[in-house]
Amino acid sequence: MNAIQTIGLTKKYKDVTAVDGLDLSIARGELFALLGVNGAGKTTTIKMLSCLTRPTSGDAVLGGKSVKTDAQSVKRLIGVSPQETAVAPNLTVRENLELMCGVHGLSKSESRERAARLSSEFGLDDVSARKAGKLSGGWQRRLSIAMALTGEPEILFLDEPTLGLDVIARSELWDMVRALKGKVTIVLTTHYMEEAEELSDRIGIMRDGHLLALGTAAELKALAGEEKFENAFVKIVKGGEK
Amino acid sequence: MRMLTFSGRTWKEILRDPINLGFGLGFPVVLILLLSAIQANVPVPLFEIEMLAPGMTVFGLSFITLFSATLLAKDRGSALLQRLYTTPLTAADFIFGYTLPLLPMAIAQSAVCFLVAIPLGLPVTAGIIRAVLAGIPAAVLFIALGLLCGSVFNVKQVGGICGALLTNLTAWLSGIWFDLDLVGGAFKKIAEVLPFMHAVKLEQAMYAGTTSGVWEHFAWVAGYAVLFTVLAVFAFLRQMNRQ
Repeated sequence: MNAIQTIGLTKKYKDVTAVDGLDLSIARGELFALLGVNGAGKTTTIKMLSCLTRPTSGDAVLGGKSVKTDAQSVKRLIGVSPQETAVAPNLTVRENLELMCGVHGLSKSESRERAARLSSEFGLDDVSARKAGKLSGGWQRRLSIAMALTGEPEILFLDEPTLGLDVIARSELWDMVRALKGKVTIVLTTHYMEEAEELSDRIGIMRDGHLLALGTAAELKALAGEEKFENAFVKIVKGGEK
Repeated sequence: MRMLTFSGRTWKEILRDPINLGFGLGFPVVLILLLSAIQANVPVPLFEIEMLAPGMTVFGLSFITLFSATLLAKDRGSALLQRLYTTPLTAADFIFGYTLPLLPMAIAQSAVCFLVAIPLGLPVTAGIIRAVLAGIPAAVLFIALGLLCGSVFNVKQVGGICGALLTNLTAWLSGIWFDLDLVGGAFKKIAEVLPFMHAVKLEQAMYAGTTSGVWEHFAWVAGYAVLFTVLAVFAFLRQMNRQ
């Protein structure tokens, strides 16, 4: 069964069509990467799938629930780590985790327990008493992903999770994402070719709101006739230029 | 439970912002001290401490409006609220999650005004407790007004609209600083259909223990409190959907 199914998913902002008739199926447990240049429609797609913005037309069904008609049920299935580091800066790391547990309906004792478990799993124990706003970018991203997992989601959205991180911090985050593979369905947006190639089961390449190509990294390289994934991406995107 | 968790977070944000907290609690106190000093030299019936202290509790609430509007507008500008929009929290959870922690702050502000007024000559009566409790509908009104503004305007706009415009409107149209009968005409009529003057009169009556017109003043204040709360929920929902 598919975790995510979009049917002609479209978002228009006045004269601009940010996402145009997206048809996509993502299987349960799959790590799916959306790749594209700026303005390709990746973030808008994530926003529609995570009920942050309503589709202009079409629909998306997550775990059998429609984002248009049953957004509250969809919200119980998902976890989101937005593009900007979405942490409460004046709260400590532990308080941030407990806040997210609480808004997902966990009791105080359950929240404390789950926050402690996630803190340990994400290596946040040493900074758990520090205010989130005082942490480095890498630690904040780590916390942001841990916060997205507080509701034990079936589907996890990671919007540019390693944007602006140094090589070490990025590598550490990749390890964390790898550890989640198979346990939850992950939709990842990224600008980084190597990130998509390294982590994903399948990759969708978007441009101007359209899905230009879809497949594994090897399939996309074969499709473009290129050995390097970055060259394949450039060729596919340029080939899709209007 | 969800709403209480969110309100817990708002409570921590308030307590961890000592400048705004100090300003909100301290500014009305400074005004009471200043106007009492003026009153000592140039006596004016309007600034007698029995009239001034209850009035100042209402004027102080306009800073709670600024506080709540800034809190929400700041949150809206951050990615945290976007993350929270993807959770099962509803618009009502958000609005009440902001309102609940601000209420104790508003009540504390009111209590501080009366406590400061005691050494300045305010007789200690049960009226103080009555007036502090009667200030709750006005507190809800001013908090909801702030949440309405915070849902519509950004942080910069909130500073101008709530910080300058609303505090002045509250001051002029409440009858704290000058007798509205002295101006009369359309100005007085406008003041009569807005809640600020009624909130002050309700506070003064509750302190004095008079019952004349109390229910009418209460109805105006409570009516506006309900109206602004409903409008705040709708405005919040609207901007949430526009994300």
